[in-house]
Amino acid sequence: MREIVVISGKGGTGKTSITAAFAHLASVQGGAMLCDLDVDAPDLHLLLAPDRQEEHAFYSGREARIDPSVCTGCGLCAGLCRFGAVMPGPRAFGIDPLRCEGCGVCERFCPAGAIGFSEKHCGQWYASAMRFGPMVHAQLFPGQENSGRLVALLKKEARERAKALGLTLMLCDGAPGIGCPVISSLSGASLAVVVTEPTPSGRHDLERVVDLCRHFRIPVAVVVNKFDLNPENSEGIEDYCREQGHALAGRLPHDEVVVRAMVQGKCVTELPETPFSKALRGVWEVVAHHARTASRPSPFPNTPNA
Amino acid sequence: MIYAIASGKGGTGKTTVTASLAAVWDGPLTAVDLDVEEPNLHLFLAPEITAEEPAFLEVPVLDAARCILCGECAAFCQYKALSLMGKTLLVFPEMCHGCGGCIALCQEGALSPGGRELGHILEGSAGAARFLMGRLRVGEAMSPPLMRQVKARLRRDAAGDVLIDSPPGVSCPAVNAVMDADVIVLVTEPTPFGLHDFRLAVEAFRPLGKPLGAVINRAGIGDGRVQDFCREAGVPVWAELPFSRAVAEAYSRGEVAARAVPEMRGMFLALMARMRGAAAASNPEEADHA
Repeated sequence: MREIVVISGKGGTGKTSITAAFAHLASVQGGAMLCDLDVDAPDLHLLLAPDRQEEHAFYSGREARIDPSVCTGCGLCAGLCRFGAVMPGPRAFGIDPLRCEGCGVCERFCPAGAIGFSEKHCGQWYASAMRFGPMVHAQLFPGQENSGRLVALLKKEARERAKALGLTLMLCDGAPGIGCPVISSLSGASLAVVVTEPTPSGRHDLERVVDLCRHFRIPVAVVVNKFDLNPENSEGIEDYCREQGHALAGRLPHDEVVVRAMVQGKCVTELPETPFSKALRGVWEVVAHHARTASRPSPFPNTPNA
Repeated sequence: MIYAIASGKGGTGKTTVTASLAAVWDGPLTAVDLDVEEPNLHLFLAPEITAEEPAFLEVPVLDAARCILCGECAAFCQYKALSLMGKTLLVFPEMCHGCGGCIALCQEGALSPGGRELGHILEGSAGAARFLMGRLRVGEAMSPPLMRQVKARLRRDAAGDVLIDSPPGVSCPAVNAVMDADVIVLVTEPTPFGLHDFRLAVEAFRPLGKPLGAVINRAGIGDGRVQDFCREAGVPVWAELPFSRAVAEAYSRGEVAARAVPEMRGMFLALMARMRGAAAASNPEEADHA
């Protein structure tokens, strides 16, 4: 099984539009299992209109709750809580669910036994079918944590389903950032496709996310989107990637076709050909090749300037 | 007053808006980058950094000579940061959330507080504004503990107004960034992705009971459904910033839109006035003192 994970560090560089087009292009080459790992703000379903065939509740972690009729108001829990989640009330203390990390310290040490500690329903996940094949996706409820655990669960479910269907490729749309959901999405990946843009933020965030990939020894292929906004910066990014030994998957122009496709709920590659979709087909060829052949990079960074 | 600039979808222009507001703001200001995973505000405000310190999370350190292998700590830990394997207690500091429960529980004094480096906190000044940011260590999974430490510093010595550049999304890091703000500014774009994630953000942040307004960036691309939604949901639109290639190119050169593109300055001044108006309307007493 080969797993391609599309990430970016910086949000809004085009991950989802590119992943959806990859799913379209892969569908005529043996197909792929598609997985939306941006469980916090998933958007892939807006382009692919999946038909939900299974729906499951996602429970993870626990949440403290104080029973005001038992609470004696001693305040021990407020002193112990490291997260500032215990709030004084008129007669009893209360827990702010947004600050509660579910550690259980308050429940364990409450002398009155006034604190309940129950499992938390954090979101829903789905196994679906869409026009290019099977898809696994989720929606974390707003404000919830444990998105890393939900990502891990989706990957496990997607792998099992792909295997059962005889699919050998998994395509994943990742989350922005470099924190727990991204780390979780990289586990077991054959290739990370990093989508960036020629801006100071794009460059800065690319450097951090490719360092993260190296930390976990995941090979990287970089796509420079909207390269024509600043050709000089695009070259700088490509030079950087070459120095660091990261593969370049290609450049894509800034093109309103991306938004036009989004408004129609389609992939850019389903619309009449534009320079963008033409370049994207080329990017897919490079990515598919690397996903088959890339080997794990060395754990130590190259130091070309040293 | 604390103003959090947030968004559901990434890349809608939070940093552009925060940097431009900082550039036109009148009165004392602290600009804070709480997008600790991918902080970008410094790339545009070019602050002079005067202090940089590592930030740590308290994690348990085991004194194996004192451990009697009772396993109570491992059974208690919700994050699987401690595990009893045969005759060895294993500690996995990277899993720890720093609740301190295991250390408080251990009767033998076998666990003591140590530190896991979360990243760095940087302070300095950008023009007249004070500047503060957190930068998560690459490989560290948890951003909220570092965000909490940046916010603690803010409370300690904040003077005047505060602008927070928040991380994208609507899960724990994003909620952590906006929960202590007085006013929330949601930046979105008029596209299906922008609308979908904007709705999630409204759903996540509205229960906080704070004044909340929208900035529609790149107005003119996509469709008009974000505007329709704002009208139906009663979310005031505080600014519509037209899509312009000149703004996108200025951004690509690291320039602040309100400075680089003359017609943008007035739009950000108007946005500042709306944000201040919303803050004053929700908290008239404090506004009087200001």
